[in-house]
Amino acid sequence: MIRVNNLYKEFDGRDVLKNISIEYKPGECSLIIGASGSGKTVLLKSLVGLHIPEKGEIWYGDKLFTKMKDKEKKSIRKEMGMLFQGSALFDFATVEENIMFPMDFFTDWSLEQKLERANFCLKRVNLENANKKYPNELSGGMQKRVGIARAIALNPKYLFCDEPNSGLDPTTSIVIDRLIQEITQEYNITTVINTHDMNSVMEIGDKIGFIYKGSKLWEGSNKEILHSDCKELNDFVFANKMAQQLRALMNK
Amino acid sequence: MGEYWLLMLKVFQKPEKWRVFFKQCAFEAQKLTLDSIPLISVISIFIGAVAVIQTVNNLDNPFIPKMYVGYMAREILVLEFCSTMVALILAGKIGSNIASEIGSMRITEQIDAMEIMGVNSANYLILPKITSSVILSPFVMLSSFAIGLLGGAAIVFATGAVTMAQYVEGLQFAFKIHYVYYSIAKMAVFTFIITSLASYFGYYAKGGSLGVGRSSTLSIVISSVLILVFDLALTKLLL
Repeated sequence: MIRVNNLYKEFDGRDVLKNISIEYKPGECSLIIGASGSGKTVLLKSLVGLHIPEKGEIWYGDKLFTKMKDKEKKSIRKEMGMLFQGSALFDFATVEENIMFPMDFFTDWSLEQKLERANFCLKRVNLENANKKYPNELSGGMQKRVGIARAIALNPKYLFCDEPNSGLDPTTSIVIDRLIQEITQEYNITTVINTHDMNSVMEIGDKIGFIYKGSKLWEGSNKEILHSDCKELNDFVFANKMAQQLRALMNK
Repeated sequence: MGEYWLLMLKVFQKPEKWRVFFKQCAFEAQKLTLDSIPLISVISIFIGAVAVIQTVNNLDNPFIPKMYVGYMAREILVLEFCSTMVALILAGKIGSNIASEIGSMRITEQIDAMEIMGVNSANYLILPKITSSVILSPFVMLSSFAIGLLGGAAIVFATGAVTMAQYVEGLQFAFKIHYVYYSIAKMAVFTFIITSLASYFGYYAKGGSLGVGRSSTLSIVISSVLILVFDLALTKLLL
C-alpha cells in the first residue's frame, strides 16, 4: 500500500501540488486524472522519488519514503517498476537486454536464468520473437509492452505508469490497459496510473483521483465518476459534445 | 560548479556490480578511444609532415645542422601537439558524442528509468567513460607521437629535404623522457576534463533536442577553454 499525506510541491515559488492526500491499495489500478498541467505527472514523479516534495509524507507500507536517504530509498526502488510515457527503453540495448537490465544489477542469476525470466516477461505481455530487436525497430504499442515487461522483470510490489496510452490508437490502448490490469490483479501489485484518457478511466479505474490545478478535488471509482457533482470533474469528463449528449441522456 | 562536483561525487562511488562496470569500460574504451585512433592517426601524420616541412624552410642557415629538423619535429609533437592539439580534437569528437548521448537519455527519460530501478545512473553511465578514457590516454598520446614522427619520416623520404639519417639523428638528439611523461600527464588531465564535462552537460540537459544540441556545444566550448587553461598551468607546474 502507498499512502500520501498532505503533499506539497512547488517549482520556482509556484505551487504545483497542494495538500494531496490519497491511498493506493494492492491489486487495484489507481488512476490519477486531470487536464494537462494539472500536476499529475509531478505527483507521480514525487511518488517514485524523482521530485522531492516541499512538505508532506509518502509511505510505502510502514516505511516513510520522504524521510529516507538516497541509499535507503534504493530498497524501495528495487520493488518499483515504471512504465514511462515515451517507454524510456534503453536505445543501446535490445529488447531482452532492456528487460535483463535490472536483473544484471540486483540479482546473481546466471545468463540462462535471466534469459528465461526475460522470455517469461515477454510472453506475459504477448510479445515473443522480438528479443533481439532494438527499441527503434518496434512500434509504439510494442515499445509499451516491452516497457511493461521490463517493469515487471523483478516482480515489483509497485507499478507506476505515466500516460501509458499516449500516442497509441484506441484498440492498442485498450490492449495495454487490460494488460496492466491483468498484471496488477495477477501479482497483487499496487498500480498507479497517470492518464487523461477517459477510455482508460472507464476500463480499468478501480480508484480514481482527480487533480485540478494541483489539488485533489475528487476521489472515487469508474462507476461513480459519471454521477459526480464536482463541476471541474464534469467539465473534464464531459469535455466533448458526444459526452455532453450522453450526459444529457443519462440525466433524462 | 557545485552541481558539477555533486555529480562527480555521485559518479565516483563503488559500482553496483563490478562485472557490469568492466563490461561498460570495455565498451566505452572501444567507442570513445579506439574508434578515435584513425582520426588521430590521420591528423598526426599530416602534422608530423607539416612540422618537418616548416622546420626545413626555417632552417636554411648552413651553420645549423640539418638533424635539427628531426629534433624540432619531435619537440613540437611531444610538447604540444600530441597532448593539447589531440585533446582539442577529442573534445570535439568524443565530447559531443558523450554530451549528446547522455543528453538524449536524459530527455527521453532513460536516466529517470535507471534511477527508479535503483541504479546509480551517473555511476553506471559516466564512470566507465571517464575511467576507460583516462586509462587509455597515454596510449592515445604515444600513438599520436609515433604516427606523427612517421609522418615526418614520410615527408623526409618523399622530398629528400634532409637525409633519413639526419632526421633519425635529430629524433634521438637531446631526448628527454620527462617530456613524454609531461605529455602523458597533460593528456590524462585533458581527457578527464573532456569526459567529465561532456557527461555533466549531457546529464543536466533540458529542453528537448535543442537542449541536447546546446549541451553538446557547451561541452566542446568549455572543455576547449579549460584544456588551454590547464595546458598553461601544467606547463608552468611540470616543466
